[in-house]
Amino acid sequence: MKLNERSLAFYATCDSPADNTGFLYKRGERHTAYHRRWFVLKGNMLFYFEERESREPVGVIVLEGCTVELCDSAEEFAFAIRFGGTKSRTYVLAAESQAAMESWVKSLSRASFDYMRLVVRELEKQLEEMRWGPAGGCGGCRGLPTSWKPKPSVPEQSPERLPALPAILPKENGCAVWNNAPGAVRPHDSEGNPRPPPLPPRRRASSSEAGSAGAAAAESSSTFCRLHEQYGREVARLRQDWLERWRGPRP
Amino acid sequence: MRYNERELLSLARQPAEKAAEILMRVPKKGSVLKKRLVKLVVNFLFYFRTDEAEPIGALLLEHCRITKEEENVFSISFIEEPERKYCFECDSEEQCQEWIEALKRASYEFMRRSLIFYRNEIQKMTGKDPLEQYGISEEARFQLGTRKQ
Repeated sequence: MKLNERSLAFYATCDSPADNTGFLYKRGERHTAYHRRWFVLKGNMLFYFEERESREPVGVIVLEGCTVELCDSAEEFAFAIRFGGTKSRTYVLAAESQAAMESWVKSLSRASFDYMRLVVRELEKQLEEMRWGPAGGCGGCRGLPTSWKPKPSVPEQSPERLPALPAILPKENGCAVWNNAPGAVRPHDSEGNPRPPPLPPRRRASSSEAGSAGAAAAESSSTFCRLHEQYGREVARLRQDWLERWRGPRP
Repeated sequence: MRYNERELLSLARQPAEKAAEILMRVPKKGSVLKKRLVKLVVNFLFYFRTDEAEPIGALLLEHCRITKEEENVFSISFIEEPERKYCFECDSEEQCQEWIEALKRASYEFMRRSLIFYRNEIQKMTGKDPLEQYGISEEARFQLGTRKQ
């Protein structure tokens, strides 16, 4: 099977942040001798190099579907990466200290795409519920589908833009916190009561995408993106109003 | 580069996020559009001859660019070689857009950015770190901005 090896090698060596790096001893496949290799974990790919300065990895272990366990071995601080399936190879690795071993076991066991996706979906759901209430809570709007199909509903933007999106007003206390410093004074209306934000309009199904479940998933994602943009502008406008009406300490 | 082919083949057999028969052209001199079964599983795009069980190849979808080309057509290229394009011709513009959306979100790096974004938003709204319940708040890969060592 062909693999885009050049791109893989680039991914391994480029300066995108690695999830873990370090020297590990890797037991050979045929011979049980251990070889010291430089390991780089990025996402669900565990690359290994002959030397730390090597320009290209010797190999890569695709970690999807693996389990990581401690290992009974003559070698100290040993652990194993195991896959299901009868003929699957088990990779036996050994760290140089207890701390290093624990760190690797932890990061490898959470390295799968599936795990990451689970956490992202969970957070996405939490955020949705905080903004619109539980699924089905606002009239005709659709809650997140519970199948695995929907992808994270974040607009395709460069990483630098994401944190700059305006905070959506929480519904629980009906007032916005404009900074995170403790003791921040909250904006009030003229009576001194916190004014809740306007209710969001009903969600309507996008007319440009229809059909299969895949489309429905993409549809809810892009609808969410559009809504996110819309409310961002709305919030920015409201924020301007509130700040003009109330002068309080701001960093 | 060595890789665990057996596990990758096993991954190719798993239920896909998205799968379809699409015309595909690889960035090789003289190559033409051929009908392939294209299957998206986690951050890999596998492509098969339509009647075969084992994929011809797999593309790891990290640091790639998905571009809309002409009508019904999109391409995948990788940032270190942007002119080398894998081209896909869909049956309809709709199918084309669906694949573009799905592929843009299919990388681990994209998910990482989403996670950091959601975490930050939730933290701003509730004052609590939503990752604490998972015991992963301190992991370097989830930190906003510069990485903690």
